[in-house]
Amino acid sequence: MPADALSAVFAALADPIRRDIVARLTESDATVNELAKPYDVTLQAVSKHLKVLEEAGVVRRSRDAQRRPVHLEAEVFDLMTKWIERYRRRAEERYSRLDELLRSMPDDDQQQAPTTSKPRKETRP
Amino acid sequence: MTTMTHETQITADDKVPVIRITREFDAPPAKVFRAHADPELLAQWLGPRDLEMTVDYFDCRTGGAYRYVHRRGTEEYGFYGSFHEVRPNEVIVQTFTFEGFPDGVALERAQFDTIEDGRTRLTVTSLVGSFEERAAILASGMDHGVREGYEKLDELLRK
Repeated sequence: MPADALSAVFAALADPIRRDIVARLTESDATVNELAKPYDVTLQAVSKHLKVLEEAGVVRRSRDAQRRPVHLEAEVFDLMTKWIERYRRRAEERYSRLDELLRSMPDDDQQQAPTTSKPRKETRP
Repeated sequence: MTTMTHETQITADDKVPVIRITREFDAPPAKVFRAHADPELLAQWLGPRDLEMTVDYFDCRTGGAYRYVHRRGTEEYGFYGSFHEVRPNEVIVQTFTFEGFPDGVALERAQFDTIEDGRTRLTVTSLVGSFEERAAILASGMDHGVREGYEKLDELLRK
């Protein structure tokens, strides 16, 4: 299911070690041993993290029996970048409307003494 | 006054589930603040053009609360929250919940800073409960293309 797949990707990335592993894989493929080096955890623990990333479709293990390097599925990240870009575009549309509104608003704000309690509204003459 | 196109910048922090939006405006903070604090003004720009925004209540002061609804035909999207700290022309700290997901709450801080020529830099920081929740927010509200996005991810994950 798509929503589950999406959750799996983000659940996989909720862990700091897994995010760090992914960050390092953006530079090059690496073996489990190489990936485990900087952490104070067992190889098994790193393998477990990789399994989560693999099941979420974030990384792929090659069949190369000797090294089994871990490879990042870049497409998943392209997709995430696209989501953020769409979100950004929506925010941009919203703020373009605000730009328009600000241009039409009178420049009388400086005279209005700001109150800390309630924004005053002059509804009556 | 020269009119410039200002870029909206979005940052998704990788350490904490935060979305940060930065945008500059060719208007002083007092004006930009007012466009956020006055519900009549807010309704003119906040919602997408194809949705009608109705403000149920909106009391933008420290300790106040708000609720508004976006409508398109029979579709309704309600949002509510409370204003935690409001300092006119400076900052609005509020909570934000989408009624379709009532367990989720974002803590939002909108800061209005004066920059050169009396213009404004708006920084909105939104902290949500988890990375998954942030993902759902980033992926949601994108009427166009989100399905296509899911389909692509589906395909990718099937490989």
